[in-house]
Amino acid sequence: MGALDPVVLFFMLGMAAGLARSELRLPPAVYEFVSLILLLAIGMKGGVQLATQPLGALLFDSLLVILMGLLLPLMAFPLLRVGGLPRADAASIAAHYGSVSVGTFAVALSYLLEVGLEHEPFMPLFVVLLEVPAIFVGIMLARGGSSRTRWGELTREVLLGKSVVLLLGGLLIGWIAGPVGLAGIDGLFFDLFKGVLAIFLLEMGLIASRHLDGALRHGPFLLAWGLLAPPVMAVIGLGFAALMGLSTGGAVLLATLAASASYIAAPAAMRTAVPEANPALSLTASLAITFPFNIFFGIPLYHWMANHWPGG
Amino acid sequence: MTMHVRKLLTVVTEAGLERRLVEDLRQLGARGWTITDARGQGHRGKRALDWEYEGNIRLEVICEESLAERLASHFREHYYQDYAMILFLQDVEVLRPEKF
Repeated sequence: MGALDPVVLFFMLGMAAGLARSELRLPPAVYEFVSLILLLAIGMKGGVQLATQPLGALLFDSLLVILMGLLLPLMAFPLLRVGGLPRADAASIAAHYGSVSVGTFAVALSYLLEVGLEHEPFMPLFVVLLEVPAIFVGIMLARGGSSRTRWGELTREVLLGKSVVLLLGGLLIGWIAGPVGLAGIDGLFFDLFKGVLAIFLLEMGLIASRHLDGALRHGPFLLAWGLLAPPVMAVIGLGFAALMGLSTGGAVLLATLAASASYIAAPAAMRTAVPEANPALSLTASLAITFPFNIFFGIPLYHWMANHWPGG
Repeated sequence: MTMHVRKLLTVVTEAGLERRLVEDLRQLGARGWTITDARGQGHRGKRALDWEYEGNIRLEVICEESLAERLASHFREHYYQDYAMILFLQDVEVLRPEKF
């Protein structure tokens, strides 16, 4: 396992400042701005390199990734029910964990950069593909397809959510402009990527610190879930990576995506579609437990697992 | 100067509901409203505003009493059970009754 990536120290700073009840607060617009840069940068980076690839070959892998996005919440749901959670809460948490966290993905990209591992250029496309299916599975699990759900409005909300629009938009811009076209703006999006990620993680630490008391209040099951579900899901991610024949770097990223839990798209969609689910449960698990676990321990662990994958 | 009495309906609720509330207002016939970001604390927990899905909004509508009551009961019926929401009505005096 490599040395600690300096960007995660910013998360620790935010967490420590939040727990100490420091005056430190970032204006909401700053969080909005840095997450916008991260999403666009990740999208564009993928798009630039997609321009040099035959797209047809990606179709099979893309279908596999969508299958993984459907499978993860379906596997999580019964386990959460066994843990004693009501149907709506189990479905909502399953959706959060089936969907992905772009912040965690960004930390994994930064980690691969630190340890000098290459990865397939199309990984950002998989982020988009994984973001959405689990949310619909979660809603189905909660609702059983009942007529109370306003599917049209919901589909619009999920597909036009901030992260999907910016990631896809970035992919297209990168794809159309190509590396030469992007030369003028790569200073902001690529050279500053780690600095922007550091600010983002500072704010994430502050946010997570506010949810931490919930992690203890909601009992041992949620805590255990937040810590144990990610490595198990990472194994599934590594399995899919092996099916696609991804490189070690690509496998680490796919494992990280499988292990990560959404805290932007899924909470918003679940609040609308399954309002009786308690948002504090799913947000606490994904933000205060799983996100820190993944960036500190998970990503290096998935790297180790990818290195020791049978036949890998 | 003649003043006219109207109702002011104030709703404090989750920011995520904004779009749906605005749609309700349109459908039930409100002619104007004001929405501001808000923060505070209630029995569903602290609402801090510094993160997009934790924020609150305060919605204010000035209208005829009958519409204010229709809006209030619509909101109560649709949102009280599952969302953090409070609402209250007050009498206010306005100068241009045709606007409200």
